[in-house]
Amino acid sequence: MNMIEITDLHKAFGGQPVLRGVQLAVARGQMLVVLGRSGSGKSVLLKCLVGLIAPDRGSIKIDGEEVVGLPAGRLNALRRRIGYVFQNAALYDSMTVEENLAFHLDRQAALPAAERRRIVLEKLRFVGMAEAWNKYPAELSGGMQKRVGLARALVLSPEIVLYDEPITGLDPMTAAEIDELAIRLNRETGVTSIAITHSLESARRTADVIAVLSEGRIVASGTFRELRDCAHPFVQQYFAHALTG
Amino acid sequence: MKRFFENIARFILFCGRFFGCLWRTREDWRETLRQMYEIGAKSILLVGVAGLAIGMVLAMQTSSTLARFGGQSLLPSMIAVAVLREIGPMITALVVAGRVGAGIGAELGAMRVTEQIDAMEVAALDPFRYLVATRLLATVLMLPLLTVYANALALFGGFLAMRVEESISLKLYFDSAIRFLDFRTVLPALAKTAVFGFLIGAIATFLGYHTSGGTHGVGRSAMLAVVLASLLIIVADVILVKLTLIFFG
Repeated sequence: MNMIEITDLHKAFGGQPVLRGVQLAVARGQMLVVLGRSGSGKSVLLKCLVGLIAPDRGSIKIDGEEVVGLPAGRLNALRRRIGYVFQNAALYDSMTVEENLAFHLDRQAALPAAERRRIVLEKLRFVGMAEAWNKYPAELSGGMQKRVGLARALVLSPEIVLYDEPITGLDPMTAAEIDELAIRLNRETGVTSIAITHSLESARRTADVIAVLSEGRIVASGTFRELRDCAHPFVQQYFAHALTG
Repeated sequence: MKRFFENIARFILFCGRFFGCLWRTREDWRETLRQMYEIGAKSILLVGVAGLAIGMVLAMQTSSTLARFGGQSLLPSMIAVAVLREIGPMITALVVAGRVGAGIGAELGAMRVTEQIDAMEVAALDPFRYLVATRLLATVLMLPLLTVYANALALFGGFLAMRVEESISLKLYFDSAIRFLDFRTVLPALAKTAVFGFLIGAIATFLGYHTSGGTHGVGRSAMLAVVLASLLIIVADVILVKLTLIFFG
């Protein structure tokens, strides 16, 4: 059974269509990467999944539960099962790294302080940021902020992790490290993941399946090798541009 | 025009949502206290200086006029009535609207454009309760306290200005100042500062929470928070004074 199923999803802003009938299915434990050009609606798709943006039409099912039109209480219950890694980390800048993670824990479960700290440090260790527990986001580099953003997304041990352009703005080495973390997380915990990116290299490294979004539709999907040999003109063009640099 | 009325409707719903979650805000008492400190304690200097200056200026400007009619002994009472009924609440509200309104509008606006509010939402937290309700409640609670403080300093400022001109003891000044005061004079004026606090908090959080358009939007939210809050305070004051006169004479 698929963990996530998106059927005929439409969304327009001010009469300008962004998503025009997206069809997508993600199997449990799978790492799916949605590839597309900037402004192709990738972030909108991800935000529709967690109910931050309401689609105009279509269906999104997560573990069999329809997300579109879900009442606030049940939507929040569903959101607790999802970790969301933001493009620019979106760390709370008035809080330290530890407080960023503890804040999410505190408000979901009444835990003793020692247990809360153990969980926070465990997640920070996973992303290699345990030493930065007392730093403020402004004191961290972009790559470090992304790591902390990932740790915060994991603090409630989600079943699904969504990555919004996880490597945008990072140098190639840091980008590869973030990709490695996503792969490790997927393998070690079996979470279902969707990452959106415009980087073919990142998609090649991390994805079980790649879906290509163009003009509001998924125009092709498959493994990296399958897509490399795909006849769709946009996919060919995308690969040609990316592989020739 | 349609957009204007849409925004008014959204603002009313926003305020309704605040009252709806007010009881649950007790779970965020720590954040509410922090906001009370940010709004109250950090405004003390500005509000204090404004209060002291107003009292001094009021005494200096009116003493010669009163002296011309032989009514200089009424100066403390005049200062007390003017400050406690009108000038103290109004000056405090306008000063807080400038300092706190801009601060809240910019802070929440920046959190919105950097997706920090979205991050709370997708984590199934309640950003409205944590960010909006706590700030709004803190503004409502702190404005009356700041007004009492500004009033006290304005009265003291009046005393200092009088003391330069003539030899008057502090005891005599305050005895004279409170001669025409009663609870019907003081309490409605103090109560209206809670309304001013609500207007400042509601407008600033509303604009900040719904910021769009990047850093330009943040600046716009901060600026509009000050302008609209100041404007509404002045309009509300006219209505509240009229209501006070109807109900308390």
